[in-house]
Amino acid sequence: MRRNRRLAAFSASLFLFLAACAGNAPQDTLEPKGPVARQIDHLINPVFIVAGVVFVLVEGLVLLAVIKFRARPDSPEPEQIHGNTRLEVGWTLAPALILLAVAVPTIATIFDLSKKPENAVNVTVIGHQFWWEYRYEDLGVVTANELRMPVGRPVELTLNSDDVIHSYWIPPLGGKTDVVPGRNNTMHLEAETPGEYLGQCTEFCGASHANMRAKAIAMAPADFDAWVAGQKAAAPAPAAGTMAEEGALLFAQKGCGGCHTVQGVSEGKIGPNLTHLATRTTFAGSIFNNNDQNLRTWLRDPQAAKPGNKMIIPGGPLAPDEITKLIAYLDTLR
Amino acid sequence: MTDVISAAAGSHTEVEPGHPPTSTGLTNEKVGMWAFLGSECLLFGALISTYLLFKGQSAPGTITPHDVFDIPYTSVSSFVLLMSSLTMVLALAGIQRGDHRLTRVWLLTTALLGASFVAGQAYEFTVFVREGMNLRVNLFGSSFFVLTGFHGAHVTIGVLMLLSLYSLSLKGKLPAEKAETVELVGLYWHFVDVVWIVIFTLVYLIP
Amino acid sequence: MAIVTPPRPEALAPEQPLNKPVRFIRRPTGYTPGIWGWMTTVDHKKIGIMYSVTAFFFFLIGGIEALLLRIQLGGPDQTFLRADTYNQVFTMHGTTMIFLVIMPLSAGLANYLLPIMIGARDVAFPRLNALGYWVFLAGGLFMYSSFFLGGAPNGGWFGYVPLTRNLPGHNVDYWVFGLQILGIASLTGAVNLIVTVINMRAPGMSLMRMPIFVWMSLVAQFLLLFAIPVITVALFLLSFDRLFSTNFFNVAAGSDPLLWQHLFWLFGHPEVYILILPAMGIVSEVLPVFSRKPLFGYQVMVFSGIAIGFMGWGVWAHHMFATGLGPVAVSAFSASTMFIAVPTGVKIFNWISTLWKGKLTFPTPMLFAIGFVAMFTIGGLSGVTHGVVPADTQQTDTYYIVAHFHYVLFGGSMFGLFAGAYYWYPKFAGKLLNERLGKIHFWLMFIGFNMTFGPFHILGLQGMPRRIYTYPEGRGWDVWNLVSTIGSFVIALSILTFCINVLKTRKTQQDVGEDPWDARTLEWTIPSPPPEYNFKEIPLVTSRDELWHRKYTEDDDGRSVRRAVTLEQPEMPGTEVEPSTDAHDGPDHAEGDDGHTDPAHDDEEHEPHIHMPSPSYWPLLTALGLPILSYGMIYKTWAVAILGGVWIFGSIYSWALEPATAPEDLPDHGSDESLEAVHA
Repeated sequence: MRRNRRLAAFSASLFLFLAACAGNAPQDTLEPKGPVARQIDHLINPVFIVAGVVFVLVEGLVLLAVIKFRARPDSPEPEQIHGNTRLEVGWTLAPALILLAVAVPTIATIFDLSKKPENAVNVTVIGHQFWWEYRYEDLGVVTANELRMPVGRPVELTLNSDDVIHSYWIPPLGGKTDVVPGRNNTMHLEAETPGEYLGQCTEFCGASHANMRAKAIAMAPADFDAWVAGQKAAAPAPAAGTMAEEGALLFAQKGCGGCHTVQGVSEGKIGPNLTHLATRTTFAGSIFNNNDQNLRTWLRDPQAAKPGNKMIIPGGPLAPDEITKLIAYLDTLR
Repeated sequence: MTDVISAAAGSHTEVEPGHPPTSTGLTNEKVGMWAFLGSECLLFGALISTYLLFKGQSAPGTITPHDVFDIPYTSVSSFVLLMSSLTMVLALAGIQRGDHRLTRVWLLTTALLGASFVAGQAYEFTVFVREGMNLRVNLFGSSFFVLTGFHGAHVTIGVLMLLSLYSLSLKGKLPAEKAETVELVGLYWHFVDVVWIVIFTLVYLIP
Repeated sequence: MAIVTPPRPEALAPEQPLNKPVRFIRRPTGYTPGIWGWMTTVDHKKIGIMYSVTAFFFFLIGGIEALLLRIQLGGPDQTFLRADTYNQVFTMHGTTMIFLVIMPLSAGLANYLLPIMIGARDVAFPRLNALGYWVFLAGGLFMYSSFFLGGAPNGGWFGYVPLTRNLPGHNVDYWVFGLQILGIASLTGAVNLIVTVINMRAPGMSLMRMPIFVWMSLVAQFLLLFAIPVITVALFLLSFDRLFSTNFFNVAAGSDPLLWQHLFWLFGHPEVYILILPAMGIVSEVLPVFSRKPLFGYQVMVFSGIAIGFMGWGVWAHHMFATGLGPVAVSAFSASTMFIAVPTGVKIFNWISTLWKGKLTFPTPMLFAIGFVAMFTIGGLSGVTHGVVPADTQQTDTYYIVAHFHYVLFGGSMFGLFAGAYYWYPKFAGKLLNERLGKIHFWLMFIGFNMTFGPFHILGLQGMPRRIYTYPEGRGWDVWNLVSTIGSFVIALSILTFCINVLKTRKTQQDVGEDPWDARTLEWTIPSPPPEYNFKEIPLVTSRDELWHRKYTEDDDGRSVRRAVTLEQPEMPGTEVEPSTDAHDGPDHAEGDDGHTDPAHDDEEHEPHIHMPSPSYWPLLTALGLPILSYGMIYKTWAVAILGGVWIFGSIYSWALEPATAPEDLPDHGSDESLEAVHA
């Protein structure tokens, strides 16, 4: 029976909708892990329920009409009903009232979320094609791709872009905000438990938009303080006679410092600050886990690893032994 | 023409000889022109908004309106354009009365006034460029030249239409029954004129 | 500006040496055969068919692009498309489906049907109408030529600056100039159809008697009229930035990139209603016919359509909730976004009430119309959830949004357009499409559609962003992406079924008569396919659903009863009755039409002399100049640009001097006076 198949299709889509709540998706918007995301979740859940009820009502009526009023051999010609003012006023007002009931808490939440949190950690986030720079101006720390934050304390992000529009989003911790060049948008996030929270750029920003991911690492306050202390220190110089020292030499010879800052060594501003690269869990817009094998893939051909990124290797591709030496050096940047 | 059946036969209202009757009593051309001008309002609206939004946003130290505007000069050319609306009305009155000589005089006058406005604008542009302002120098330069240039292009098209009407009239192809063609060009001309009043006020006069 | 529409006789020798002006090319006539007949036609029906067929080809191309995207996203870390290729394909998929498919399909239907539904013989400006089509075709081909000339546009259909300002190559230039060209097509179409509906209704066809499809198309054309100039300005500024290094979107010079977004969405949101309103109109025509009941709440349907048209201008910033507009602006747009759902909801309830207590039959057009109601509801509901701004900051730019607008534009507009295609095909072609294949088409599309786009809701809520060419394992997105990719091929199969249906039907011999569906509106009173002049005589309209009232009357219970004989209007020769000259000379006749039809010219075969506007080369030639100008601009080859400009200007000038009706086409029996009147 065709009608039944339609019913099946409808209930299937409803089921799909519910299924969205389950699953092990690290970027799930319906699994809040902090107060901001939770406030949004509490706002939308009843709206989804109302929408679900309206959905069942409307589709139910369509189905009912289709089943009940289908032409049968003995059906008489139908009465020519042109309308019904009362009914029509009714179904104009009813949705309006429902929407009013949705609009009031929505607007309250909009204003609530726009309030600046107290006692926040201030971080300036700068979007680049295709990676994130984090500047903890108050703490004197500059890092890339991973937002480190203390648990239980809000983080106030001031968003700015170096090139085109990006959008910053860590779904388990809160909604997204666009990163617009020439504007300083703000947003705040807060994590409840230590852990890694994934997100990514959500405004199309060029060839490797898909490869511009983000990661927030929430830590116990003491761990966070220790991390800050470590980041403020200069990276130790590699020991004499090691392969790392040869790598440091190559870093200078190849002109890597033209784009990358290594505190005390170089002051390049185009690429990510590498002073404490080895303390990061990921690199290159968080698309690679930070290990020697991935670094090798990256240094062999950055354009193949991440199309359209701005990294160039002056003087052409690196030889395998040069890569080995550079990696040895990068590994010392703790 | 009475025995020609119209493809456009609509309702009962006879509009004018040779034109199919329409539902509103207005000719299709006139309704079409109003629709087009409605669209043009949005076009200039968006351009003027862009100019106003960027007003005062240019990088500090770059050229400003205050540095280049010569209000008396532009007032005179604005007055010239304003007067051309008057002569346009006279041209229409001429053809409606069937006075073709008068129509031609006023059409040509309108076209010349419009042309002198455009010439004045071109001269103004060259002066500005000499003073170091151009499309690229800052936001003011970009938005000023594009807005006023857009308007100047509209005036130029208007002048061309007026000259075409003039030459049609010379060849005797603009009989009194075609007065509406003059009226339509007039509608366009007045619109372009009004837009200039708005631009002149918002761009030149309001500091 | 196309001028007066007086007219050409039907059966007249094509050549009349009398008073013929010297020309470079001889003007085509209504008898010009074959391809030139099509290329120079000003017949709104032929133009409507050309719009639809061309748009359908673009639909196939856009669909293939969609399949490429789905293959790439079928699993994690796929390498089927490279990053930049993916970006080109998704940009062109969006641009194609909106500007080259749904808009021209709606334009094609409106072109074909609007004049007939209001009882007119043509549109207000037939040559402008032809121009609209040729400009549309030129714009589409121009944009697609980029694939062979260095790469297609890759900045997204929304073209956000400063990315599109900075992207190297000419890819984005093709997008900018292509859209400008298409904008001209839409604008001329809008002016033309607005004037047609306002000014050319048959006697008695008051505004509140117009079929609802005419109303919804009228509202959509008004939206176009006012929305197109806004994007024209935005594109103009962007092209100046790209070609002449102006500063409109140069952040370093102090510009605010959000200006682009405001302009783009000030166009872009009314655009959404431009895409959906005609489909709503189609559904409102189809449901009553197959329910055998009038549309429930006609007035409310009209006013809710107008309300949507107005409110559509006040919601644009809901595309920008994440851009940092501040809580006050955001709250205002949140509220307006929610309340635009009210007139939309009213429409849905009125459609259901139209079905209610009807006598429903389910041929293919009805299936698609009901599918529209069911699917559009889902799109509407997810739309309301976007109005909840804090939640929208979680949803926007994810697949949840992609799901939403595909439920509106595919589940809505495309289902509606397919309903229209099956419903009016017999009118266009004189043949019914195969019902069995039609039903297979519907069910494949219905299942494939939900399989493809249903999972997008889940993917979006699970945090999958839009416009990404790849995603890693471990995000929980693999399964639903695979389901969606399979679904997209089911849709492809359904479209294939439709193509087979059309091809098979072409070979059949059928005579469906004037009114195969027992329908309600004027287009079903004339032969299928209609003659060039549509109506032998302009009908006199006495009620809404004019045809229904000629066929049926109501009994005491309000049920419809077929009249013994279909009511003949003196002005409207019945479908079976050959109009005879004498029949129209009675007193009834004189009162109906103020003598603007003249049956005295009927020839021996009782074919009336109805004078239609003459074909013209100039619309085609004018349109050809636009890509020339654009190529010249893009490559800064000023000689080519000037050639294009002169070409366009010359064509328009020649056009303006060409009378709407060729002198040699005027009636011979009309005496020299009428000829002179035109020449003078």
